[in-house]
Amino acid sequence: MKKSKSFWGYCLLALVIYAVVQLLISMQLLDLYYQNMLITMCINIMLAVSLHIVIGITGQFSIGHAGFLAVGAYLSAVATMKLGLPFPIAILIGAVVAALAGLLVGIPTLRLKGDYLAIATLGFAEIIRIVFLNVDYVGGAAGMVVNHMSTWTYAFIGVVITILVISNFTNSRHGRGCIAIREDEIAADAMGINTTYYKVIAFAIGSFFAGLAGAIYAHNFYIIQPTTFGFLKSFDILIYVVLGGLGSLSGSVLAAILLTVVSTYLANFPETRMIIYSLVLILVMLYRPTGLMGTKEITDLFKIGKKGGSKA
Amino acid sequence: MEWLQQLVNGISLGSIYALIALGYTMVYGIIKLINFAHGDVFMLGAFIGFYAIARWDMGFFPALIISMVVCAILGVIIERVAYKRLRNATRIAALITAIGVSLLIEYTVIFFRGASPEAYPGVLPNKSISILGANISTQSIFILGVTVVLMILLQFIVHKTKIGKAMRAVSHDADAARLMGINVDNTISATFAIGSALAGAAGVIFGVYYTKIDPLMGVLPGLKAFVAAVLGGIGSIPGAMVGGLVLGVVETVVSALGYSLWRDAAAFVILILILILKPSGIFGKNAREKV
Repeated sequence: MKKSKSFWGYCLLALVIYAVVQLLISMQLLDLYYQNMLITMCINIMLAVSLHIVIGITGQFSIGHAGFLAVGAYLSAVATMKLGLPFPIAILIGAVVAALAGLLVGIPTLRLKGDYLAIATLGFAEIIRIVFLNVDYVGGAAGMVVNHMSTWTYAFIGVVITILVISNFTNSRHGRGCIAIREDEIAADAMGINTTYYKVIAFAIGSFFAGLAGAIYAHNFYIIQPTTFGFLKSFDILIYVVLGGLGSLSGSVLAAILLTVVSTYLANFPETRMIIYSLVLILVMLYRPTGLMGTKEITDLFKIGKKGGSKA
Repeated sequence: MEWLQQLVNGISLGSIYALIALGYTMVYGIIKLINFAHGDVFMLGAFIGFYAIARWDMGFFPALIISMVVCAILGVIIERVAYKRLRNATRIAALITAIGVSLLIEYTVIFFRGASPEAYPGVLPNKSISILGANISTQSIFILGVTVVLMILLQFIVHKTKIGKAMRAVSHDADAARLMGINVDNTISATFAIGSALAGAAGVIFGVYYTKIDPLMGVLPGLKAFVAAVLGGIGSIPGAMVGGLVLGVVETVVSALGYSLWRDAAAFVILILILILKPSGIFGKNAREKV
């Protein structure tokens, strides 16, 4: 009962945020620059949350997330630009194909652990990128021209669906299975959890939403190129999850918002941006290896505050 | 005799991968860390060699030695500053830190000198001599000679010297080695120093052979060298050499067959196949996971 109450509370919160921003847009208080920043923010939140389910919840260290982003971006672009399908269907196609790619990559590689898994996912992402680089149908190295179709509404609905699905998954029986794998894979296996199944499921869900983000990403700019989806993109996404806290959904969301704002303002100084990113990454790992929020959610912080208040 | 020429090209490229892979495999063997920054030490080595040759008018060998020494020092600094605190941290934390260090080196270099590539000056005589009807440049023979000498030197250090013995002991069991009176910290530093020196040498050789260097050049060769290390069996020194050579030859063959755009993918396909079929690599021992 209590849980469903907070669920509707979050839905209301989402509606309020949407309404406020929509109002600001319709009153023309937000110019295109800020609208674009908001859409980028939404895309980054989707990416952060979709990687969070793989790294934060299931504990599988994947650093090839940009590969699935690329699949979503290219497939949805093919759907709208070459096949002339409507945008919502293109988004769905991008996400579903990315999820299939996730299954295809996940089933063989998830037998690997830790470092090997990381390097294998990186390898797969590179292979995906090189495939797009070599297919002339999608423009090869020159890239593919895509119409601008992403709006704030699409991006926001994407974020809400991503967060809803992933937080509900995390709180379900399956999510607890995944968390058990994160904590100790051998023990989880011994307790009868089908570790391969859950790892693949989490990976596929993560890829699905990365593909969703990719579809919105592709239709937000006027061109997509294979170089955009290299290691650096994967590392960008990784930084959101690591900074926010490995295992904290709200942490990844906050980190994605924060770093999007920072990088928008540093857009003219890309070197500085990367130096700051890398220093943040090193310092956080050296002094607070669980990330800023650890495995806590933002609501936990309020609960602690309430407890403290009642004691005093 | 086209194939002989391609083979020599492949071996030259492969020996560069092998030199980088040696550093990866030694560091991984000793502290179980994929040192992502290793590819960037390679890049720094190339730049140090470049400045030594182009700005200070040095010959090839002084430049090579300076680059190796500076890279060795840098390797030790990286280890002391970034990795030492993480000895007992989770693998993920160590890996993320390594990625962070790698990005930091790359973008600090870009910050100070821009991302534009630099043309390496030719310091070696570059004539082509024909052997069995194939045109082989003296440069590639020279490079091959240098890498062979460095590898023999490494074998000597690892198998005949005291520090080499300590390195082998620490990689086998760090705690037991500590109990036997081995200074584990110094041994790890020595491993980083040797590995980074080899990467520095590889950087200079790469620059001379391919004549173009840029601050992001370390990323792909670094990853491929890791693939080579995995292919040969990570932790195994002969494995890294063989893995590097195999990878170099495969890549050259793939581009010679007319699929040059796919050649980067070839390395990763090899990686994934080896990880799935034989994760311990060609020379690796099969270690059972203890519960």
